[in-house]
Amino acid sequence: MPARLRAAVAALAAASSLALLSACTGSPSTATSDDPNAQTTITFWHGWAAPSEVAAIKANVDRFTKAHPNIKVKTVGGINDDKLNQALRAGGSNGPDVVSSFTTSNVGKFCASGALADLKPFIEKDKLDLDKIFPKVLQDYTQFEGRRCSLPLLSDAYGLFYNKDAFREAGLDPEAPPKTWSQFTEVAKKLTRPKGDSYERVGFMPTYLGYETVVSHYMSQWKHDGYFGKDGKSAVATDPGFAKMMTYQKSLVDALGGFEKLDRYRTSFGDEWGAKHPFHTGQVAMQLDGEWRLNFAKDAKVPFEIGVAPLPVADDEVAEYGKGYLSGTIMGIAPQSKKQNAAWELVKFMTTNTEAVVGFAQDIGNVPSTLDALNSPDLKVDDRFKVFLDIARHPASTTSDGAINGSAYQDTLQKFSQQYEKGKVADLKKGLEETAAQIDRDIAAAK
Amino acid sequence: MSTDTLTTKAAAAPAAAPPRGRNTLRARRRRDALRTLAFMSPWLIGFGVFFVYPLVSTVYFSFMRYDGLNPPTWRGTENWVYVFTDFPQLWPALTNTLWLCLVMVGCRVVFGLGIGLLITKIKTGTGVFRTLFYLPYLAPPVAATLAFVFLLNPGTGPVNSLLESVGVPGPAWFTDPAWSKPALTVLAVWGVGDLMVIFMAALLDVPKEQYEAAELDGASAWQRFRYVTLPNISPIVLFAVVTGIIGAMQYYTQPIVASKVASGVMGGSGVTFVPGYPEDSTLTLPQLIYSLGFSQFNYGAACVVALVLLALSMAFTALLMRRRGGLIGSGD
Repeated sequence: MPARLRAAVAALAAASSLALLSACTGSPSTATSDDPNAQTTITFWHGWAAPSEVAAIKANVDRFTKAHPNIKVKTVGGINDDKLNQALRAGGSNGPDVVSSFTTSNVGKFCASGALADLKPFIEKDKLDLDKIFPKVLQDYTQFEGRRCSLPLLSDAYGLFYNKDAFREAGLDPEAPPKTWSQFTEVAKKLTRPKGDSYERVGFMPTYLGYETVVSHYMSQWKHDGYFGKDGKSAVATDPGFAKMMTYQKSLVDALGGFEKLDRYRTSFGDEWGAKHPFHTGQVAMQLDGEWRLNFAKDAKVPFEIGVAPLPVADDEVAEYGKGYLSGTIMGIAPQSKKQNAAWELVKFMTTNTEAVVGFAQDIGNVPSTLDALNSPDLKVDDRFKVFLDIARHPASTTSDGAINGSAYQDTLQKFSQQYEKGKVADLKKGLEETAAQIDRDIAAAK
Repeated sequence: MSTDTLTTKAAAAPAAAPPRGRNTLRARRRRDALRTLAFMSPWLIGFGVFFVYPLVSTVYFSFMRYDGLNPPTWRGTENWVYVFTDFPQLWPALTNTLWLCLVMVGCRVVFGLGIGLLITKIKTGTGVFRTLFYLPYLAPPVAATLAFVFLLNPGTGPVNSLLESVGVPGPAWFTDPAWSKPALTVLAVWGVGDLMVIFMAALLDVPKEQYEAAELDGASAWQRFRYVTLPNISPIVLFAVVTGIIGAMQYYTQPIVASKVASGVMGGSGVTFVPGYPEDSTLTLPQLIYSLGFSQFNYGAACVVALVLLALSMAFTALLMRRRGGLIGSGD
């Protein structure tokens, strides 16, 4: 190929590459000039997929369109965070205007990267005082480092579900669930029935893979000041709460037969979201779970009486009994949306309108996410569900922090904890220090 | 420059001009080159868009801080340093990938060839056996993996129940770090129908005269296989190994589905699935690329892992394609 032609081809290739690169690296738009009073249609992506959930979403959207007849809402269900990530990056006219996610641990990366639009201008324009609308924990998990890119759309509170019939059989008082972790160990041991080298029933499945028994859900029952210090560094080695929780959890694993035996028994469990959940089938007598388990158990027609209580607390933290882990669904606006003002009307309605929040919470079986809705006389729930409302209101209830790299820090901590419960970590303090250093390195690399 | 020199060069120019025939030749060569390029352009465009551009951008992004949303910013070698010194998942993923390339690909080739040999030898029912062995290959990977996790469930699976009924304690398969990769290998060997068909075609293509001559020379069955069959089918063996290794390098669906189902973690509020369960034993490089890029929004580090994968693929291919010591052979 002649030199001139070669040069031309090389230049063309370089130009094409640069053009393609620049096409793929567009920054998100923050256009907010649309008229929210004009006739328009917006698209709302959410994760609910079960027929009853889809019906609840439709009822809630109907409430919105009744209040805002000029805005039509097209809903798309069954969206997980992977699909959401792709859509928020790609943009495009078929993308969503409003999105929701079940994964609060992703809020950090959504806010830090601008994957979700900053809601501050909208909140200021409508003069919303978030402190008067949402519980503090819910405000915390919907923002990251001062950037508010989402609002809470219902919440989840975690407590203890227990089989009252099994309590009676074991000679325990079904109206007096354990309040401290040391009481809990004794109760779990009494409820456990061995069978050969396995179990007929285990009092509690304490391993970190026992469905909801993950580090973050346990940690809310131990006093701690969050996963990161004021300097932004991981606090898992410096805050004694983490070591206390892990030491207790390991002692519970050992008291109930050891990791290997429990893990083998765990493999016989049915799916967490199906009728064969081990709590439904009686394979476990107590279960750490969210408020939704009531509806799941009802659908599965469990043949025993279910008791509900807050999870136990550390022996020296009895004054804080009643607290728990809080999480929930978050709702935000796609930054590429050209209808952000109309989208904001939907977000504002679904997250702050008391009637909408109460109605949706009752339809879907979650805890309402606003202070007014939690205290609303329209909220008709039974005594067992009230336990979760109390956990949601409890001032010591906590959540897990957001991070720029999403849930990566939780993954690192979870992996270390799994090694510890197996007895593969000789020095817990040293192991936690190494884990904290790894978390810090991962976050530094993502910044 | 002096005026004299200019005058001399100008005077010499007509004398140095090539004859007309040479110009025509050059023009024809240029036309030929352009025509060749035009004919090759569909491939060149595809190659440029789907290979050169992604490769160039992967190298480019490996030196940038990029989250997929905001413009990339220069980061130097920080992503490389992070992946090689501060990212503990790289080494398990790398060793798992190497294990799969050696053991899983090796087993698939041996079983594919073995079943192909058996089926070419049997006299009756060839069609039935060929179909039976080929069918599993058609099963969708997710469905097949789910079925294997169920079959190999240490608590309730039929395989372990069978083993226990004969007094053999069954392993924990997908929940034991020592057995998770062998379990994936069993799954891969179960779907060996594609290689079996290719090997059967190659085996039926070996000239019968060579077997007859070897038999007359008194060669044993093993000697006939070693000195007649294997040299004849070595290009197919090379093809099976190279495509197998490429597949092992891209191994994603089966390990992620198996680890997710075996761990029981389906996600939810505050519950995250960590790929590689149990204990990173099923973690592969593509899972790391996905996790870093699409879960953590750290495209720079994900691109570094992608380039490690590229280097590994090139190393394996170069090793296999060597004329001496590789699968191509010296041609002597």
